[in-house]
Amino acid sequence: MFETRIHGRGGQGVVTSAELLSVAAFREDRHAQAFPSFGSERTGAPVISFCRIDDRTIRTREPISLPDAVIIVDPTLLHHVDVFSGLRADGYVLINSTRSFAELQLGELCDGFRPERLCTIPATELAREHLGRPLPNAAMLGAFAQLTGVVTVESVAAAIRQRFSGEVAEANVRAAQAAAGLVPPSSGKAAQEEAINA
Amino acid sequence: MLEQIEGSQAVARTVAMCRPEVICAYPISPQTHIVEGLSRLVKAGELRPCEFVNVESEYAAMSVAIGASATGARSYTATASQGLLYMAEALYNASGLGLPIVMTVANRALGAPINIWNDHSDSMSQRDSGWIQLYVESNQEAVDVHLQAFRIAETLSLPVMVCMDGFILTHAVERVELPEPEQVDAFLPPYEPRQLLDPAEPMTIGAMVGPEAYTEVRYLAHYKQMQALDVIPEVAAAFEQRFGRSSGGLLRSYRSDDAETIVVALGSVLGTIEDVIDELRDQGVSIGALGIRTFRPWPSEEVRSALEHAKRVIVVEKALSIGIGGIVSQNVHGALEGTAVTIHTAIAGLGGRPITKSSLRRLFADGIAGELTGTTFVDLDHSLVDGESERMMQTRRSGPHAENMLRDVGIVGAGPV
Repeated sequence: MFETRIHGRGGQGVVTSAELLSVAAFREDRHAQAFPSFGSERTGAPVISFCRIDDRTIRTREPISLPDAVIIVDPTLLHHVDVFSGLRADGYVLINSTRSFAELQLGELCDGFRPERLCTIPATELAREHLGRPLPNAAMLGAFAQLTGVVTVESVAAAIRQRFSGEVAEANVRAAQAAAGLVPPSSGKAAQEEAINA
Repeated sequence: MLEQIEGSQAVARTVAMCRPEVICAYPISPQTHIVEGLSRLVKAGELRPCEFVNVESEYAAMSVAIGASATGARSYTATASQGLLYMAEALYNASGLGLPIVMTVANRALGAPINIWNDHSDSMSQRDSGWIQLYVESNQEAVDVHLQAFRIAETLSLPVMVCMDGFILTHAVERVELPEPEQVDAFLPPYEPRQLLDPAEPMTIGAMVGPEAYTEVRYLAHYKQMQALDVIPEVAAAFEQRFGRSSGGLLRSYRSDDAETIVVALGSVLGTIEDVIDELRDQGVSIGALGIRTFRPWPSEEVRSALEHAKRVIVVEKALSIGIGGIVSQNVHGALEGTAVTIHTAIAGLGGRPITKSSLRRLFADGIAGELTGTTFVDLDHSLVDGESERMMQTRRSGPHAENMLRDVGIVGAGPV
């Protein structure tokens, strides 16, 4: 089971992101369960969503407290919400930011985790470029697929096209692909494969 | 067709395939996505003939469903929480008149304090309303049981509530096998009403009945509902034969045939419980679960034969009957009368508090160790309760509990600052 927790704010599409991730996994014939944390349903309030992915039926309904990965869509949450709570030592972190972990003053975090599994992506900037709007989710999912390999970037693109249509879908797919291209080759899944091949 | 779909949308599409002719609803979280989905299908002409009636309240929603059902229309509505309470008077009329309305209850807590999150307080409060109550564990079961609900309701001429956990199921996106419309048509024949309001042949429904026959009418209502104990398994068997999967029915046992400890629960928490049971079984613990799928009518004999061999039963329930404690466990006590089984009550998950595996592990271990006494409130924050009790002792005008305790847990903006 691979468990992902997504942090953002109301209106940023955090719930949709978890759903798209689950659809991407479903398209790879896997079991997936996406659900939001149901708190303040207000624009701007901190929001969490969850996605479990497994090869068999997922029965548990508890919120994810020991995630394999966290996605932080809104970096202003970093110093307000314990976004890394329960993250496994070999877990992945993807943050929407133009800055590095060190610049975000998260250097200490890098000590406890595997650095090749920590990544920042300028997803809002990519969204502005490809969509003309600051909606970073597609870009975040594209980078997440590339970083973790839990789903393919192609499946993310297919999930986006299933949910949206026309130019909106294509622009989001381009943002996802561009973000995947920005994940350093030494990161995450690619690094593991290199290690295996070496 | 296998789809990755939100629970509410899966239910909406399934209900549409059941061809209701009247849908009336008033929006209330967490039920709203279901009737929104249905209203879109009606507007798009994908569900016809069907009239979608926007009503001004839940009281009106049930009243319209009653009127529609009495004229021979297959009728559906959905609600939750305060909405269910608001339609309470009409609920008793629907069942008393013998009208086979199907309603989804997206289970949610009751106020005060107002709370939009999941527990079973709402449907449990209407357990005596004369409606059949079915509880589902997953969105697949929600789909399957809605199909069965129309057939059960119309076979018996009784209304059926399908209770699914609000948010936890209604808002979860997961894999669901949706039926094909032809399969549904073959499984669910057109509604043939037992009584019909028809201007061509005027009659009245709903006469006043005095002491001369009230007992007999109520006796028959009870007798009819108890017949559901036969009809529900028959419909579940017919469903399995046509759709190839087991869903619905009265009860579902999970690894409990030889278990010393059996956990009894309803709804989506069963999934989490089953995961914990698998872990404990791997460690050699003799434990299983019994899922109550039909809560009304209460399948007393079936519950007894499913539990009587156990040493102890732990009833995990998401509702609280203030003044006595557990609701389901009272029923379990009745079913196990005269046996040596020890019954523990655990109140959990009220107002949306997550029921975690670690809390369940602790609860089951305490039960097995003989450390549970009376009613256990899972994960109760004793210091929060003690702090408010202290305030009440210190001063008469201690203020409202909810606001005081919210301030104690650090929620900003709770009352005066």
